[in-house]
Amino acid sequence: MSVWLIMGLCGVVTFAIRLSFIAAEGKVAFPPGFRRLLPFVPVATLTALVIPELLMPQGTLWLAWDNARLMAGVAAIVIAATTRSVPWTLVGGFVVLGVWPA
Amino acid sequence: MVASAFREFRAGALALAPLLVGVMPFGMIYGALALSQGLSPAAALAMSTILFAGSAQFLFCQLLGAGVPAPVMVAEVGLLNLRHTLYSAALAPRIAHLPRRWKLALAYLLTDEAYAVIARRETVADAGPDRHWFYLGAGLALWSGWQLSTAAGVVVGARLPTDWPLDFALPLTFIAIVVPLIRNRTLLAVAVVSGIVALLAAGLPFKLGLLAAALAGMAVGWRLAGRMR
Repeated sequence: MSVWLIMGLCGVVTFAIRLSFIAAEGKVAFPPGFRRLLPFVPVATLTALVIPELLMPQGTLWLAWDNARLMAGVAAIVIAATTRSVPWTLVGGFVVLGVWPA
Repeated sequence: MVASAFREFRAGALALAPLLVGVMPFGMIYGALALSQGLSPAAALAMSTILFAGSAQFLFCQLLGAGVPAPVMVAEVGLLNLRHTLYSAALAPRIAHLPRRWKLALAYLLTDEAYAVIARRETVADAGPDRHWFYLGAGLALWSGWQLSTAAGVVVGARLPTDWPLDFALPLTFIAIVVPLIRNRTLLAVAVVSGIVALLAAGLPFKLGLLAAALAGMAVGWRLAGRMR
């Protein structure tokens, strides 16, 4: 399938998601449990993306001091928790990744 | 009325401006990454307009590079953007009175950053009749910064050494977004379960482990939140 077609479909899906509640306001009644699920979506999705990148950078579990991505990730978590800043987290993570002896 | 609309628009753009400091380097990295994963410069630029979702654009490039089938790519990009339903739900009652073209435009411009600015505006200032101009100003400021930085990344990216670990910008950005979101034990449990399942299910084909992990995390949060009431 052409990359343009996939891109178009991703665009339609993304726009539909952003429009969902705005369009449905006052027209559709959602099941009561549905809104309770929403607050967990960002944490569940983003964590699922991050953890394998840190602990399985080459496809298998690599829990060791010389895993530079794991160490850079841990540093980034600490920086994100203390500064809440995207730029500083990026800078700190890349610096640790660059200087960590691998 | 016109003056008040302009004031709101300008206030929205100015409120978003500081966030561009973090967003624009990210846009440049995206532009470079897109080229390194085999996208043409035209496709890399078009994606910033069509999707207008930084993290989803990163994921798209990653999945494309990994040769993941198209339906799975669309599903996983959708899953990653599912958090925008939150913002849509929060914004919906405030713009319910507006004409359809406004709803379509504001939905297209609804991002993590724009929503963060809008939410802050709602808590500190009186809700004026022209506040949708504030939303538009914030949304368009981010949109412009994103398109400009993507273009810069596409231009510079071709000259970056190919062995730079640019792909690591994605997990780092997600860490920066997700860590401040974990404000209580329920959310910590969601993160832990989602992370463990992501590791256990990493062997599944087409990165379906991502889907399994996100659903497991959401299910745990749903159960824990239900038990507390």
